[in-house]
Amino acid sequence: MSATRILAVLVKEFTQLTRDRLTYALILLMPIVQLLLFGYAINSDPHHLPTAVLVQDHGIFARSTLGTIVRSGYFDITETARTPEELDRAIALGRVQFAITIPADFSRRVVRGDKAQILVEADAADPSATGSAIAALAALPQEALKHDLTGAVAPRTPAPPPFEVVVHRRYNPEAISAYNIVPGLLGIILSMTLVMMTSLGVTREYERGTMESLLATPVRPLEVMIGKLAPYVLVGLIQTVVILVMARVLFDVPLAGGWAPLSAGILLFIFGSLALGFLVSTLARSQLQAMQMSFFYMLPSILLSGFMFPFRGMPDWAQWLGTVIPVTHFLRVVRGALLKGLGFADLWPSLAALAVFVLVVVSLAMARYRTTLD
Amino acid sequence: MTLAVDVRGLNKSFGDKHVVQDVAIQVGTGRITGFLGPNGSGKTTTLRMLCGLLTPDSGEGEVLGLDFRKEAERIKRQTGYMTQKFSLYEDLSIEENLTFVARVYGLDDRRRRVREALERLGLDNRRRQLAGSLSGGWKQRLALAASILHEPRLLLLDEPTAGVDPKARREFWDEIHALSAEGLTVLVSTHYMDEAERCHDIAYIAYGRLMARGTGEEVIARSGLVTFRGEGPGADRLARELAGKPGVEMAAAFGAALHVSGTDRAALEAAIAPWRKPPFRWSEAAPTLEDVFIHLMGQSKDNFE
Ligand SMILES: Nc1ncnc2c1ncn2[C@@H]1O[C@H](COP(=O)(O)OP(=O)(O)OP(=O)(O)O)[C@@H](O)[C@H]1O
Ligand SMILES: [Mg+2]
Repeated sequence: MSATRILAVLVKEFTQLTRDRLTYALILLMPIVQLLLFGYAINSDPHHLPTAVLVQDHGIFARSTLGTIVRSGYFDITETARTPEELDRAIALGRVQFAITIPADFSRRVVRGDKAQILVEADAADPSATGSAIAALAALPQEALKHDLTGAVAPRTPAPPPFEVVVHRRYNPEAISAYNIVPGLLGIILSMTLVMMTSLGVTREYERGTMESLLATPVRPLEVMIGKLAPYVLVGLIQTVVILVMARVLFDVPLAGGWAPLSAGILLFIFGSLALGFLVSTLARSQLQAMQMSFFYMLPSILLSGFMFPFRGMPDWAQWLGTVIPVTHFLRVVRGALLKGLGFADLWPSLAALAVFVLVVVSLAMARYRTTLD
Repeated sequence: MTLAVDVRGLNKSFGDKHVVQDVAIQVGTGRITGFLGPNGSGKTTTLRMLCGLLTPDSGEGEVLGLDFRKEAERIKRQTGYMTQKFSLYEDLSIEENLTFVARVYGLDDRRRRVREALERLGLDNRRRQLAGSLSGGWKQRLALAASILHEPRLLLLDEPTAGVDPKARREFWDEIHALSAEGLTVLVSTHYMDEAERCHDIAYIAYGRLMARGTGEEVIARSGLVTFRGEGPGADRLARELAGKPGVEMAAAFGAALHVSGTDRAALEAAIAPWRKPPFRWSEAAPTLEDVFIHLMGQSKDNFE
């Protein structure tokens, strides 16, 4: 290996990259636009969600509690069920997002101060729809009976809330919050830019005929690969910084720490994505084909990695498939480090998986790279 | 005469198409060898095999004294290859392209070499221009400069002057002769007869087979071709009547004159006999290289189809 030859390819790639103004702009604009688009789309805070109620208690407390729930603005009572079965059907068929049960002994227990409960079942299949509504429920007990509980039943301050709200999330126990989504976007945006851009690298040389000159020189495959990919490491790092800054400033994502494993994860993931793009470019016969292959890789990365749907909610075979996808492991590292502040001790399996991915893909790409035109 | 290229039994197939068949190529050190042959005859394929861009199915021999099958890497370092289709980076400037080549070959004194190459090319004041925006003639000169930047001992040129105007073509060839005078060995493919005549040696390939090689005179002499030149009013219009007569392999108009050639002198004379009277004047002419090549092409067709 020769450093000069790597430098030759690197400088050339970098010059070509800067000459292509549109690509240049896309590299910077893409993360910003996507983050704004998805960040806010997913962060949206829907109100007036259809709700069914089963009121088994006709006391005054039940009515005023229900009134507070409606006034929160998140819930519109669209159905009144007469039996638990009716209520169950309403949510099972997706007619309502929430099913609220006020049990028969509610008022009696409130008066006695004996662990009164109301039960809220949420259809959390689309977690972004229910997230903020559920959060609003938490404040409910303090609010609800402020005016009713006077005199003999008035609580001494400070008092435990007069009842509790029991929330059952159905269909999606691991509710994903917007915090989860924004760091996840880091993985998706990085793979989108990096895999796609480098997947054109070798293919373009073949299509433009420049491969013939390149192969006639003494440059070696690994040198071509390093030289071609190095400029994009910088691209990946710039995108990462842009996204993290935006996550902090616009979306208040708590950056809990874990910077060391995070950096390791980001580097490994950037290397892996670039090497994968290079591998694609040695397989594809045309730039169009390279694009198609990259898309083929992107879809499972979005759908099966735990970015879009909770990983544990998927069937076994899909989880197995997801395990092969590097984005899956990258998301675990990013979420673990950024949101939970985890360190190497907890994150090493995912980091190791990323390292294996890099090694395998680089070897495959080297095996595929032809040093002749045969 | 020492040989810079001495390769025998070269074969290459693409699928079931046998594109190069048992070709032997010899190029004398310091000489310019013209590589001729019709479209699709396997010239590019042969050149690519010589510089290690294609793996031959079989063949043996030496290029620059190195086993051409085992030492492709070392041969590459001492060989310059100018491709048929422009293959430098169109989105890099002239200077950037040359710098890239200088780096890839690990040349010392890079700036000086690039500057000198630019000066020799006469491109010094346009060195920031993108290669893609150059005219055909300048592209060829740039490609030549790039292929000799690392001072190779062997230069392979694949139709370097296709689509270039006559003046640029002349200058290009002057440059090649100058390089050859400095000791560089050149193998150059071309379709132009005047260029073939400017080569020291010629190799002619058709349908993947080597049909002739040697100096221009040797190739003409060995062809055994006889050519008669007919002049007189309307002589050029006899071509159609004579073509296809026994013994006439070629009948072609050259200005107002007519050239008829064939290998069988008696049959050829019999064919033109009816017109060997005034107002026509006939004389025996030396066959040109073009006559010989067209003759060889017809022959190879008979042999292989
Ligand atoms: N990579 C390839 N795959 C399949 N067939 C090929 C390939 N390269 C060349 N050929 C075929 O091999 C034959 C010889 O091609 P080659 O390019 O060597 O001819 P050439 O003498 O250079 O022709 P030209 O004068 O038109 O440049 C042609 O029929 C061509 O179609
Ligand atoms: Mg050719």
